[in-house]
Amino acid sequence: MTNEEIRDFIKQAIDENRVMLFMKGTPEQPACGFSMRTSAALNALGVRYAALDILPDPRIREELSGLSNWPTIPQLFVDGELVGGCDIVTEMYESGELAERVGVEQPAEAPEPPTADAPQTAPLGIDNRLS
Amino acid sequence: MPSASELKERIEAALPGAEANVEDLTGGGDHFRAEIVSDRFAGLSRIEQHRLVYDVFGGEIGGPIHALSLRTTIPEGQA
Repeated sequence: MTNEEIRDFIKQAIDENRVMLFMKGTPEQPACGFSMRTSAALNALGVRYAALDILPDPRIREELSGLSNWPTIPQLFVDGELVGGCDIVTEMYESGELAERVGVEQPAEAPEPPTADAPQTAPLGIDNRLS
Repeated sequence: MPSASELKERIEAALPGAEANVEDLTGGGDHFRAEIVSDRFAGLSRIEQHRLVYDVFGGEIGGPIHALSLRTTIPEGQA
C-alpha cells in the first residue's frame, strides 16, 4: 500500500462514518489506556461508531496525524471533524457535551469511564516501535 | 529524558503568563499530565487550546514524550 492509498483510506473512513475512532488496538482489546478510556466513553453512550486500529502499520499514524494536525492517538472524529483525543473526549463525556455532539441521550446513570490516568496496561514495546 | 519541571518551564516560556502544573505520571519521564491556565486560551476551542500546547513540543509528542495528557483552562473572569 502506498502512503497515498493509506491517506485516502483514512479520509474515506472519516467521511463515511459519522463517529469514527482511530485507536491503538480495538474497542474489545484496546492496546493503550488512553484508547481504552476513549472507546469506553463511546460504549457508555451506546453510540454506534467505527474504530480503526492504527498499530498494524506506522504509516497509518503518520498519515492520520498529518491530516488532522493532531499528534497523539486516539483521535475521535464526528461528522468529519476532529473532536479530540482522550482528554477532550473524557471531559466532554463527563459534561454531557459528547452525548450532544453524537446525538444521543446522556445515560441518567452514566457509568464512569475507566479513570486510570497512567496507561498502566500500555504495552510500551509496541508504542515505542512507532515513535 | 524530559522532566516535569522542564516541561513546565517550556510551556510557561512559550505561553507568557501561563501557569502550568506538570506531573510525571509514571516517574519514567515519558507519561506526563499538565494542567495549564492561560488567557491565551480565551476564545479557542478545546482542540485549538490543546494544539497550542502540543505545538510547544512538536515531534517530541509521541516520541520521547510518549504521552502528554492536558487540561487547559482560562483564568477566572476571562472566559
